[in-house]
Amino acid sequence: MAGSETQTSAEYIKHHLTNLTFGNHPEHGWGVAHSSAEAAEMGFWAIHLDTMFFSILLGGLFLYFFHKVGKAATSGVPDTAQNMVEAIVGFVQDNVHNTACERNPLVAPLALTIFVWVFLMNLMDLIPIDLVPWLASLIGIHFLKIVPTTDPNATFGMSLMIFGLIIYYSIKVKGVGGFAGELTLHPFGKWGMPANLLLEGINLVAKPISLSLRLFGNLYAGEMIFILIALMYGGGMVLGISGGVLQFVWAVFHVLIITLQAFIFMVLTIVYLDMAHQESH
Amino acid sequence: MNINVTIFGQMLSFAVFVWFTMKFIWPPIVKALEERKTKIAEGLAAAERGQHEQELAEKRAKESLHEAKRQAAEIKHNAEKQAALIVEEARDKAKEEGHRQMLVAQAEIEQETNKAREVLRAKVGELAVLGAEKILRKEIDANAHRDIVESVARQI
Repeated sequence: MAGSETQTSAEYIKHHLTNLTFGNHPEHGWGVAHSSAEAAEMGFWAIHLDTMFFSILLGGLFLYFFHKVGKAATSGVPDTAQNMVEAIVGFVQDNVHNTACERNPLVAPLALTIFVWVFLMNLMDLIPIDLVPWLASLIGIHFLKIVPTTDPNATFGMSLMIFGLIIYYSIKVKGVGGFAGELTLHPFGKWGMPANLLLEGINLVAKPISLSLRLFGNLYAGEMIFILIALMYGGGMVLGISGGVLQFVWAVFHVLIITLQAFIFMVLTIVYLDMAHQESH
Repeated sequence: MNINVTIFGQMLSFAVFVWFTMKFIWPPIVKALEERKTKIAEGLAAAERGQHEQELAEKRAKESLHEAKRQAAEIKHNAEKQAALIVEEARDKAKEEGHRQMLVAQAEIEQETNKAREVLRAKVGELAVLGAEKILRKEIDANAHRDIVESVARQI
């Protein structure tokens, strides 16, 4: 839709799946990549400006709004904003309640941050797919992905932090020996140590990977469908109208997905940290 | 779709967000929630206490009403008894008074009778003397015969 006349469908899709990458290109030096190939050539030491910008913007919005409400929070009659914030906080509290990590002052705020932040990042998916990139193209930005959670860097970044917390609290609560024992002495007893380590190791490593890939996969697929629907706008009157209908239907369905994925990410984080806090297996 | 240094940027911003939430957002909201919880609990307790007190007061009011009724009945009963007593007394007194008056009247009557008798006696004496005078046609010394006349009169 926003693409120029000469753009093919494949180019349109590829264009939408390319981040605004800043890095050191072996030939062109420091700068913003002009194509996805160029971005790939920049290697590891490149940064996705769009992912960083939108995730920090949304995180900042979350912090600003919640902090403002928190500062004015009264135990008397709450206003609408406080009501909403309290509902979310109460929801998170309910989920943290009765877990082994309930006493840990980090877990509940962590869960709140994850839920709201991931929800806001997912919510960007509902903004018409070409709107923001088109506006950005007016000021000379050629690539823009506005949904940070469709960038695996964002989801893996979060899940790796959570992975770090799982290991930190496992060792803190159970001790190095206890944690090592948990990894090697189940489920086959001490004679099956290598097999145990393999199984438990996979189990442990699968946590951050499944956590991030689930979120990434759902949002990536969702965005892909939005892109494919957007392609229909170029196909004439009938296709265009049915595309509009489809876009609406998918957006409505997507509301469920983005909320659900934020919720799943939060709940699994709590569950993993709960397991890390439990003494016995 | 490349994994690159963005991942560290995301980790860092995530850590900062979580830290900020933990430090500045979570505590005041949870505090407000807890405070409201205690407030509501206190309010409910106060309401319950108030209701209990009201019940007690109602009970007390009923009791005092009952007591007042009982007292009123007692007073009425006493009054009736006293009234009966007064009436009885009055009747007795009246009877006594009547009796007394009757006695007085009787005494008076007797006195009057006696007095009349005396007068009559005197008169009869005089008459007897006069009669005797006439009969005897002879002047009788009234003084000398008074004794006789009086004895005659007394015999009447």
